[in-house]
Amino acid sequence: MVEMSKTPIENSTPVVDRKTVVIVDNVVVTYRVFASGKKITASTARVKRSGKLREVEAIRGVSLVAYEGDSIGVIGTNGSGKSTLMNAISGLLPIDSGAVYASSRPSFLGVGAAMIRELSGEKNVILGGLALGMTKAEVTAKFDAIVDFSGLREFIDLPMSTYSSGMVERLKFAIAAAREHDILIIDEALAVGDSDFRKRSEARMRELAAGAGSVFLVSHSMKSILDTCNRAIWLDKGLIVMDASAREVCEAYAAFVGAPLDD
Amino acid sequence: MSIAEQVAENKLQRIGERPRLREYIRESWQRRTFAYTLARFNLQASTAKSSLGVAWLVLVPALQIMVYGLIFGLVLGNTRPANFLPYLITGIVLFQFVAGSFADGAKSITANASLVRSLNFPRALLPASAVISNVYRIVPLTGLMLVALVALGEPITFNWFLIVPDLVLMSCFSAGLAMVAARLTVHFADLNQLVPFITRVAFYSSGIFFSVDKLAAGHPILNPILESNPIHVYLAIARGSLVTGYSYDLYQWGLGALWALASLTLGFIYFWRAEEKYGRNV
Repeated sequence: MVEMSKTPIENSTPVVDRKTVVIVDNVVVTYRVFASGKKITASTARVKRSGKLREVEAIRGVSLVAYEGDSIGVIGTNGSGKSTLMNAISGLLPIDSGAVYASSRPSFLGVGAAMIRELSGEKNVILGGLALGMTKAEVTAKFDAIVDFSGLREFIDLPMSTYSSGMVERLKFAIAAAREHDILIIDEALAVGDSDFRKRSEARMRELAAGAGSVFLVSHSMKSILDTCNRAIWLDKGLIVMDASAREVCEAYAAFVGAPLDD
Repeated sequence: MSIAEQVAENKLQRIGERPRLREYIRESWQRRTFAYTLARFNLQASTAKSSLGVAWLVLVPALQIMVYGLIFGLVLGNTRPANFLPYLITGIVLFQFVAGSFADGAKSITANASLVRSLNFPRALLPASAVISNVYRIVPLTGLMLVALVALGEPITFNWFLIVPDLVLMSCFSAGLAMVAARLTVHFADLNQLVPFITRVAFYSSGIFFSVDKLAAGHPILNPILESNPIHVYLAIARGSLVTGYSYDLYQWGLGALWALASLTLGFIYFWRAEEKYGRNV
């Protein structure tokens, strides 16, 4: 059941006869960063241009296959490459070698800044919908549903710069969830929502996964992975440590980090 | 089953690959409403915090004209071009359109980094949107410019309609320029520092407040270069149509159209060729 990293895809025979939705084939992502190369001491504290290009291997050869209806939890410590892998699968981040194949372009929902901070939530809903490829009529038709799902009706006319990070994530999730996605990637986006919103969004994710699609969920909360995912992947230092059912992976990971499972 | 077989059997597509040009154009056109809407919202947001609001879109160029008119009117003395004020007004207003598109286009990817990192859409919509927001600015400004020309005693003629195709050519030229600038500033962030200098050089070499024709008249190399400068061409057409005492040659329409077509096609292709890389560098 446990698949070690770099297992050739040819060997992992699908258990059930489901349609393949995503194939990640030996993907490598290397970040090239300017590093100072020297420790800063009092005398060298002024910026010195003695830096050299340092390569950080964020993903060192990951392969996996996702099937229709799969909802895959991704866990691992900070810096293990979870977000990088999700960015690579979504096509937002170019990969250095390997390949990602998918039945359609994955939609990505990640943490981070608001879409356009100076604009009101209302205008961001419209822009987000249009950027996702909805028509103006579709956005207008779904506008109320999006706002209600986010639960931010009172604040929808305020600039997004005034929103808390939880509110931003709620709005972003509501926009993304308004459309059907074949493949939806959620990167810790639900960590900041309150428990009521989390329940609603987890229900929506299960719906999306049930509707022919496939969902990837990066989360530090093993509870949300156990609640929403049928399968989980444990990443460490850019490699897959374990790829099995959500319960097995969560149990192994909990034992590894020494934390209780019901976090 | 090999990967190739699985890919073929499930009709999977490769992710993170640049779409083909035809596909890219189709997808950009499909989502054009996004570019319009973003342009409109950005314009509103840019003036939302000041108490005079959108009035600034007109006030800034008006102040510029006053300052340049005063300074260059005095400095240039007798060497200033004939019919100086109408000459200067058309120059500043139209130059601002190209310069604004260039500057906003250069920032369009880097300033919208969070949008680029979180949503998949044709990135060309961002520089396009920067140009569209400058089009939204130039339309009322052109109206104001025409009013100012009438106030300065310029007769209204049928030739005034020619400002419309001239602006269309300028928009196409600016769009290409914005796309090249958008890609270059993603590769080399330092270029953002150079944008004001490039704009200055263009300002002084395009004949905004003095006549380029006199400057290099007869010079075998310099003169053709200055004469074929696209901004100079578009200004010559505008002044020839609007300001008494100025005329243009018919070949300048051809040259202007050529610049517009070349800039738009080459700029778009140049931008598209890095489409899959914009997520990494911002």
